[in-house]
Amino acid sequence: MPSIAIVALGVVEEDALATLELSVWETFGFEIQRLPPQENPEFAFDEERRQYSSEKILRSLLKEVRSDTVKLLGVTPVDMFIPMLSFVFGQAQLHGKVAAISLARLRQEFYGLEPNRGVFLHRTAKEAIHELGHTWGLTHCRDRSCPMALATNLQQLDRKTDELCTSCSIMLRETVRSLHRSGYRS
Amino acid sequence: MNQHWNILVVDDEEIMRESMAAWLREDGYTVDAVVSGREALDKARESNYAIYFIDLKMPGGIDGIETMMEIRKLHPDASVIIITAYATVDTAITAMKEGAQEYIVKPCNPEEISLLVSRIIKVKNLQRENVILRKKLSRQYSFHDIISKNPKMHDIFTLIHEVSSLKSTVLIGGESGTGKELIARAIHFSGDRAGRPFITVSCAALAETLLESELFGHEKGSFTGASSQKKGKFEMANGGTIFLDEIGDISSKLQMDLLRVLQERKFYRVGGVQELEVDVRVIAATHRDLLQAVQEGRFRDDLYYRLNVITIHLPSLRDRREDIPLLAKHFIERLSHELSKNVQEISEGGLKLLMDYDWPGNVRELENALERAIVTCRSTILSEEDFQFLGKAKNGKKEWSLPAHVTLDELEKQVIVATIERTHGNIKEAASILGIDRSTLYDRIKRYNIPR
Ligand SMILES: Nc1ncnc2c1ncn2[C@@H]1O[C@H](COP(=O)(O)OP(=O)(O)OP(=O)(O)O)[C@@H](O)[C@H]1O
Ligand SMILES: [Mg+2]
Ligand SMILES: [Zn+2]
Ligand SMILES: [Zn+2]
Repeated sequence: MPSIAIVALGVVEEDALATLELSVWETFGFEIQRLPPQENPEFAFDEERRQYSSEKILRSLLKEVRSDTVKLLGVTPVDMFIPMLSFVFGQAQLHGKVAAISLARLRQEFYGLEPNRGVFLHRTAKEAIHELGHTWGLTHCRDRSCPMALATNLQQLDRKTDELCTSCSIMLRETVRSLHRSGYRS
Repeated sequence: MNQHWNILVVDDEEIMRESMAAWLREDGYTVDAVVSGREALDKARESNYAIYFIDLKMPGGIDGIETMMEIRKLHPDASVIIITAYATVDTAITAMKEGAQEYIVKPCNPEEISLLVSRIIKVKNLQRENVILRKKLSRQYSFHDIISKNPKMHDIFTLIHEVSSLKSTVLIGGESGTGKELIARAIHFSGDRAGRPFITVSCAALAETLLESELFGHEKGSFTGASSQKKGKFEMANGGTIFLDEIGDISSKLQMDLLRVLQERKFYRVGGVQELEVDVRVIAATHRDLLQAVQEGRFRDDLYYRLNVITIHLPSLRDRREDIPLLAKHFIERLSHELSKNVQEISEGGLKLLMDYDWPGNVRELENALERAIVTCRSTILSEEDFQFLGKAKNGKKEWSLPAHVTLDELEKQVIVATIERTHGNIKEAASILGIDRSTLYDRIKRYNIPR
């Protein structure tokens, strides 16, 4: 059964995974498959930056893609970066198979604020939809409330909803449909 | 619309270069990445980039500052952003004096880069809009009057751009109302011939003999009613473009005449003895399937191949529904002004109705529907009620009767399937109609194995 696979890289709470499962399924319409959880991605640790390379994480995820994996989403508690930037909330292969999100900076605690479970879960869902959206070829949307809008800080992230705007969902539907036509499912 | 802007990233370090390029691509830019100043210059010579990100320190060959200076010689308008590490900030400041627009110290805050890039692009967009505005004043139809965010349409725009100054014949296909004439005008008015005439002939509207004289002109007395000499459209279009609309409808005699003009650019006026020669670009359009007409022997294959040098096929509106909101907004602005009504927008429900409708008459039908709705609208916002005439019961809904031989589970399944169908797969909406929460709906869908 073609499905979107979700894998935890490190300790990720059950409610976060359940939220992801639900919103990813809801948005993209594929069966969700949870892969067995893995360790923290130590292979991606950068001594100098004390952070984890999202590029390396994506590369290792690619190795886990199987023939019926439509997309693979890695979820990790560790803080991710790319060399040019001080951090990233997530990263994806545009038009590719894999995406990864980091939960580190989605928690209120990271900024010295009171924890807020609801807010955290909502951010998690939006970030996952955003990165997976990129794997379907969607680029950043101008509609600030669309999960595909670019968010470089929490204010921007919190302004977004977890529902794709009309034009993004149409574009998504078109790509998903052509994928189905080309042999996946039906 | 970021995809119009190209960015070049120059960095010797692969992971730096590739991750930066990937990040910018997600923002919708077209990004190239190269490893050295040399390669950057090669790239800069062959294409035009809006922004260059250049690493200050690159081993061997030419360094970042030199690269920048060379690029600025080639493209004085390009923006250069120098990438530097903490240790070399001083040099980066020197680079600013040499014309770098900005420098960034890596690793840089994502917000900083995105602000920087969007600021630069905003200025460039404004500059471009000014240019377009100026063009608009001098040319009645600018290419940009064609509204679309559909990728296929954008490919067509690119193609138009590439072929607008060629002389090759263009054949435009597409259902009625998809904008064939608009495209023909865009080709003419964005090319070398923009200052010369653009002449339209509607081939379907006239009888054979009239059409013949319309196209080629006639001499005095050549037929009853020809009381004076008249120039044909081919002559009038000399130096410019002739647009032959509904070319699929012309008679076999005219097909032969046209073939000759296309081959030799020469013809006679009706009743004339002197051969005339013109320099005319031909653009033809049809909503018919010409190839099929050729196969059925109704259209000459040699003429078809003459016409079919560059082909543009316009997608129907239902195949690019993402354009509906844009077009609706565009037409509302234009029409409420023209009709002196104060309609400013359309409600979400109204828009949804437009998005769901099939538009057999495409953009023209949409334009007409909006006009009709605006005329009758009593408020400043168009709503569903204003579009009742579109007849929403298109896919004749079946009457629902209570099934008596099914289990409750089966019934529940059917209701869920029907609701999801009705919401076009929108789970949140389906859940709210069913009065359950999303996770319950998720469980049911899994339990009943309902496809989406
Ligand atoms: N992309 C678009 N943006 C804005 N207006 C459009 C667009 N496409 C079509 N229109 C408008 O829709 C109407 C129909 O377009 P046009 O006459 O070019 O279609 P056509 O394909 O030539 O139709 P037909 O085959 O019926 O002659 C025109 O008023 C045109 O301005
Ligand atoms: Mg037309
Ligand atoms: Zn969007
Ligand atoms: Zn993104």
